[in-house]
Amino acid sequence: MQNHVLDYLNHIVAEKPDKTAFSNGREGMTFQEVFWQSRSVGSFLHEKGIYKEPVVIFMNKHPKEITAFFGVITGGNFYVPIDEEMPGSRIQLILDNVKARMIICDEATRETAGTFDFAGEIVCYDDICRTEIQEEALKEIYDRAIDTDPIYIVFTSGSTGVPKGVAACHRSVIDYIEQLSEVLKFDGDTVFGNQTPLYFDACLKELYPTLKFGAVTYLIPRELFMFPVKLVEFLNQYQINTVCWVVSALTMISAFGALDTAAPQYLKTVAFGSEVFPVKQFQKWRQALPEAEFVNLYGPTEGTGMCCYYKVEREFGMDEAIPVGRPFKNTEILLLNEKNERAEEGEAGEICIRGTSVTLGYYNNPEKTAEAFVQNPLNHAYPELIYRTGDLGQYNEDGDLVFISRKDYQIKHMGHRIELGEIEANVNLLEGVRLSGCIYDEIKGRIVLYYVGDLEEKELAAALREKLPRYMLPNRTIRLEQMAFTANGKIDRTALKNKYRNR
Amino acid sequence: MERLLEILNDLHPDVDFETCEGLIDNKILDSFDIVSIIAEVNEEFDVAISAERIIPENFNSAKALYALIQELEDEE
Repeated sequence: MQNHVLDYLNHIVAEKPDKTAFSNGREGMTFQEVFWQSRSVGSFLHEKGIYKEPVVIFMNKHPKEITAFFGVITGGNFYVPIDEEMPGSRIQLILDNVKARMIICDEATRETAGTFDFAGEIVCYDDICRTEIQEEALKEIYDRAIDTDPIYIVFTSGSTGVPKGVAACHRSVIDYIEQLSEVLKFDGDTVFGNQTPLYFDACLKELYPTLKFGAVTYLIPRELFMFPVKLVEFLNQYQINTVCWVVSALTMISAFGALDTAAPQYLKTVAFGSEVFPVKQFQKWRQALPEAEFVNLYGPTEGTGMCCYYKVEREFGMDEAIPVGRPFKNTEILLLNEKNERAEEGEAGEICIRGTSVTLGYYNNPEKTAEAFVQNPLNHAYPELIYRTGDLGQYNEDGDLVFISRKDYQIKHMGHRIELGEIEANVNLLEGVRLSGCIYDEIKGRIVLYYVGDLEEKELAAALREKLPRYMLPNRTIRLEQMAFTANGKIDRTALKNKYRNR
Repeated sequence: MERLLEILNDLHPDVDFETCEGLIDNKILDSFDIVSIIAEVNEEFDVAISAERIIPENFNSAKALYALIQELEDEE
């Protein structure tokens, strides 16, 4: 039985050593290169005595960054990707949380890496990727690996202002890749066009199936997602036939009418997720690519990538939501009502995940872990953890799961999962701000921040840039004389929402 | 031009849009901004910027973007 995620790589390198595995269009790496360099990185970590530890990867999106991930796993460790897109203060919180002893950077990030409060060693990928390979040591590390050992930690928004690191193991990733590959019918001819950043679990969909099948992944340059026609040209140039994108990346192409002039010619699988696909935009895609298969994916980072899928095979009305569908094989969705019992037919309940796909928990954060990774309330006989997503759902007439709303103030904005509370916590820390309340305008997709204080709106916006990643910055910042409160003295988001609507 | 500068300043209060000529080349604007700008311009000026016109040249400066808006207004 496969118990190591890199068995995919070990097999494929014998079969297709010279095929390109990962490329950004300008530079690519073959399976052979990925294999050797990851073994060099693993050997380097071994020499440094780093084993079963987090290793921070701070590199630009590039095939080398992916190889660095595999190198960390080869050395028996787990990778923690961070990115230049993240503000320094957020990176610092991550470094403080994982307490790694090493950061692997590249030439472009080296300088920034040196500015952090970090006691460990900072090394450059290019300096370590030719380290002499220590076959014997790597074999021993491989033989001792257990499939419940973590392979990565990725960070997600935390409502108190501190991001949470989700740790996942070999086994849950293997499970995910096997089930996803079956549903989306990946094979050796699959040409992926990757959109999602490498510092989220979303990129698992491309990275590991590429190894499993000897497929190829093109990392699409970030700036192309501003220019729809150029993006479609890229897809056609590299004959990309499979994309797993956030909805906003797909609607960026369709909403601006790019599909009328330049349709992607090779796309046959379009998987999308992370937010609701507006049916009007979806229909444009369907019309442009009548032969393609469209699959809605749903799942939180805590459930290793995605855990439910729905193949869109019928027409949808403008006011209808595309369902979340059914869980992948080997995963169960428990829909639990407020009494912690199975929701009745038609009753709404919290979507809870049971199975191997449940990740290990939040790294170095037992309190938050205990809140969301809990004993299955339907099982009194033995320990069994489920993950409570905080998403409310219900089953439709076809027996498909449909997402209704959140239980709390988490939102999905441009494909990113954001706690409004994290924005507020950071705003409240700014000097000259007394109080803040954040709302989300779902119709226009805008984060709106209301606050009370002496700070000017412009100054606040500028200061917040230093604290929050780009995608979490409010689209509107409005100063109030007085904050709206509920009867119990909490910030009244409903009143703020009404205020914004009636502006 | 005033109205356009207002839209841009809302997005990036720290940038001098009257003089900056490399909004795309210098990575000041990103895809979030482009999407918001197109939506706001559509609302404020009632012109739709079509896909063929969403190219780096038209977004590199406020001046270029304003020229595009005027061109679109004339077409109508």
